[in-house]
Amino acid sequence: MKLNLLYFAWLRERIGRGQEIIETDAETVTELIAELILRDPGYAAAFEDISSVRVAVDQNLVDFSTSLASVREVAFFPPMTGG
Amino acid sequence: MIVRVQNVAFDFSEEVKLFQAATKYSGAIVTFSGIVRDVNGDLDYMLIEHYPGMTENALEKFSAASKVKFDLEHVLVIHRFGVLRPGEIIMMVATASKHRKDAFSGADYLMDYLKSRAPFWKKEVVLGQPDGAWVDAKVIDETALKAWSN
Repeated sequence: MKLNLLYFAWLRERIGRGQEIIETDAETVTELIAELILRDPGYAAAFEDISSVRVAVDQNLVDFSTSLASVREVAFFPPMTGG
Repeated sequence: MIVRVQNVAFDFSEEVKLFQAATKYSGAIVTFSGIVRDVNGDLDYMLIEHYPGMTENALEKFSAASKVKFDLEHVLVIHRFGVLRPGEIIMMVATASKHRKDAFSGADYLMDYLKSRAPFWKKEVVLGQPDGAWVDAKVIDETALKAWSN
């Protein structure tokens, strides 16, 4: 399936891009991360400390165990600092 | 209920005036504004990044929840993104209700959600260090948020 991936803040900087479309068979967010880490050191650096990474699936905050079935967009970012 | 996410600056006083004019029965209005701080005297600017689409949806969801939870007549949230210099207003919330306690609580609740659940990220760029540093989320903000579900 095709997924639109978005990266924000220091994840974007470490990965070196803010958006990309990928083809994947990953069934969960955890599987997707494992797949991305193998791509190049930038992804490995971005997902090094998973406790400081948050994920949104189709713009809803979710857990890493969330299924990617019929999902279109996955966004990775650090804990939010609004206000 | 009004939610705006924008790059350009806004006039706080004018927004408060318009907000009040849009209310009919509220006897209490509480406003909060967040300002770029230059604690050490060397801040060049703050860069605020956000997730277009999700940001607006999240703010609308929190505003609607606060409206119901605290019986608010009107809610306003404005949050800027992009480059902001020291002293500039980053964001504001305004709440209107019949009584002051609900207006205060509504604004407090909105701020707690906005700080930790709206997809904004702040980077501070100090003079002479163009790379800047991302601002870390604070444990105290997460604790404040959890207190609302107790």
